[in-house]
Amino acid sequence: MNLGVPKRDTVRTKAFDPIDPLGLDRDLNSDERLVRDTVRSFVERRILPDIATWFERGEFPKELAREVGELGVLGMHLDGYGCAGASATAYGVACRELEAGDSGLRSFVSVQGSLAMFPVRAYGSEEQREEWLPRMARGEVIGCFGLTEYDFGSDPAGMRTFARRDGGDYVLDGSKAWITSGGIADVALVWARTASDDGPTGTASDGATTRTVPEAGARAESDGNNGGSIRGFIVPAGTRGFSTRNIERKLSLRASVTSELSFDSCRIPARYMLPGARGLRGPLSCLSEARYGIVWGAIGAARACYEAALSYARTREQFGKPIGGFQLTQEKLVNMLLELQKAQLLATQIGRLKDAGTLLPQHVSIGKLNNVREALAICREARTILGASGITLEYPVIRHMNNLESVLTYEGTSEIHTLILGQAITGIAAIT
Amino acid sequence: MKIVVTVKLVPDTNADKRIDPETKRLVRTGVETVLNPFDEYALEAALQLKEKAGGDTTVTVVTMAPENGKEVVRKALAMGADDAVMLSDPQAEGSDVWGTAHALAKAIAQNGFDLVVCGTQSTDAITGELPGMLAELLGVPGLTYLRKLEIDGTTVRAERETDNGYARISAPLPALASVTKSINEPRYPSLRGIMGAKKKTIAVRTLAEAGVGQEIGNAGARTEVTGFETPPARGKGEVYQAADAVAGAQKILEFLREKKFV
Repeated sequence: MNLGVPKRDTVRTKAFDPIDPLGLDRDLNSDERLVRDTVRSFVERRILPDIATWFERGEFPKELAREVGELGVLGMHLDGYGCAGASATAYGVACRELEAGDSGLRSFVSVQGSLAMFPVRAYGSEEQREEWLPRMARGEVIGCFGLTEYDFGSDPAGMRTFARRDGGDYVLDGSKAWITSGGIADVALVWARTASDDGPTGTASDGATTRTVPEAGARAESDGNNGGSIRGFIVPAGTRGFSTRNIERKLSLRASVTSELSFDSCRIPARYMLPGARGLRGPLSCLSEARYGIVWGAIGAARACYEAALSYARTREQFGKPIGGFQLTQEKLVNMLLELQKAQLLATQIGRLKDAGTLLPQHVSIGKLNNVREALAICREARTILGASGITLEYPVIRHMNNLESVLTYEGTSEIHTLILGQAITGIAAIT
Repeated sequence: MKIVVTVKLVPDTNADKRIDPETKRLVRTGVETVLNPFDEYALEAALQLKEKAGGDTTVTVVTMAPENGKEVVRKALAMGADDAVMLSDPQAEGSDVWGTAHALAKAIAQNGFDLVVCGTQSTDAITGELPGMLAELLGVPGLTYLRKLEIDGTTVRAERETDNGYARISAPLPALASVTKSINEPRYPSLRGIMGAKKKTIAVRTLAEAGVGQEIGNAGARTEVTGFETPPARGKGEVYQAADAVAGAQKILEFLREKKFV
């Protein structure tokens, strides 16, 4: 009879824990720790055994959508309509643990919850919420978010996708690029310019907890020519005139679908427009939600690389002793650990601000800019400790490192976040 | 059907254990408290019985712990238990296994039950005595060390692990069962479960409220720890160098035979 102690706890409480020496996870409340254990166990069981293969093949197994839906992480920080209603900090912890698996998985969850579900919750009508949110929370319906265009990335205000009012319909023309989950989505949240402010009106509802200021570099919300505005539309896949094409030959986020969305006289009823969002404020508030998840997620990827490097350094012998015994390697590991702990402190504080309702988009910029930059540096440093092994998919390091190249750029490039903060501290906008 | 699951709050099983030389008791401060991992198997077994039985079957978690252990009990509710009863009383401090069994039996009887499910043992004291005592005090059949547990009408059918196999056993309800790690793989709470657990009731009772008349705790303990020592460090494992796979397999087989594993 096996009466050994079951290995179920992921809590680490040794005198000096090499992963969390300051015990920062002990500041999490019990719900947040349960979320951590639940998501971490899912990632260990369901993601880690196969992620290298998915990455190599360039596939995202679509059935994962329902599995993470069952787990409850899709839209977990939203209230009602089948969503868990967890704290922002709990959502952050989930993002961290998901990204310790793979940035592609975390991206899927971020897009579904923060970019596709959040705008429906915050700016959608009651009918829209009822129609979409419960199924999206269960992962039965996959969503994507169409804002970026090939020619308008950091500068979304210049978007060319246009929604023309025609009787009781809107007719969409244009295309969106670099859209996560685009090719597997059942519904797209598409942002398009309208000719005049002729849509149904409504008020932004209680789901939005983040105050938004215009992104650095974003132009005026209405381009002024004709009183038009940027509006959000719910476009179901299969609508005539709406097609997608996956972007192939990526060397980053390979276990994630990235697509182009095309709208060619795509006709949708006017009631598919989100009544509560007008101008860039709408999509930017969604981005602020998703960026918040990245502040935490990046730590997960970096932690996975640090753990891999630490374990390798303890066992890999050169010159008759483990390489972890050499000063150069120790310095690398120590620097990685320091940055990891600092990144966690930032994330925890930003999470508490968000839970308190006092979070500014600039706070998120601090976290996103720092944590992704440092996570990428940690992954690269980890790669050098693993030597040649570091370039294979046998270890998670180069996969995370390549993924973070995308994470550095999407959801506001590090340059844009720098300019947002530059403007915040000097009061002078670099881009006008 | 009313199912009761007993749980214990224990110091994090991964943490280094320390015994206070003065009190001769395990140091529980400075270490995270967790749900006794063995009890998660009991809870999972109960939840599976509930899911199978459907209807108005309920799973109640019963524990004896300081009130600040509430958040740990909440994990059981997050996993799917319907409610919890928590015996919290300064008088219970220092209870030995008899005292604990006595108090839990009162609380369980007060709650009412058709089946009590326990883990085999806790990871802190590891006596493994509680299920047997509890069955005796409740006056019901005790089916222990189960690797399979089913309810068939008003009968419990089970498989009891033995040193070299298992025995099929059964008993009429009400009954008590203790389950081993072989019985299932405990679920992790879903996020909706975690959030939903906030709305579930944890009834905190003093010993008097639970009808515990007898003195338990330090003063009522019937056992005493007279001494303790660190077990000798485990020696290094033996490494065999085999010429080829066949010779290696042969060696492993011999070892297993010698240890009576096969």
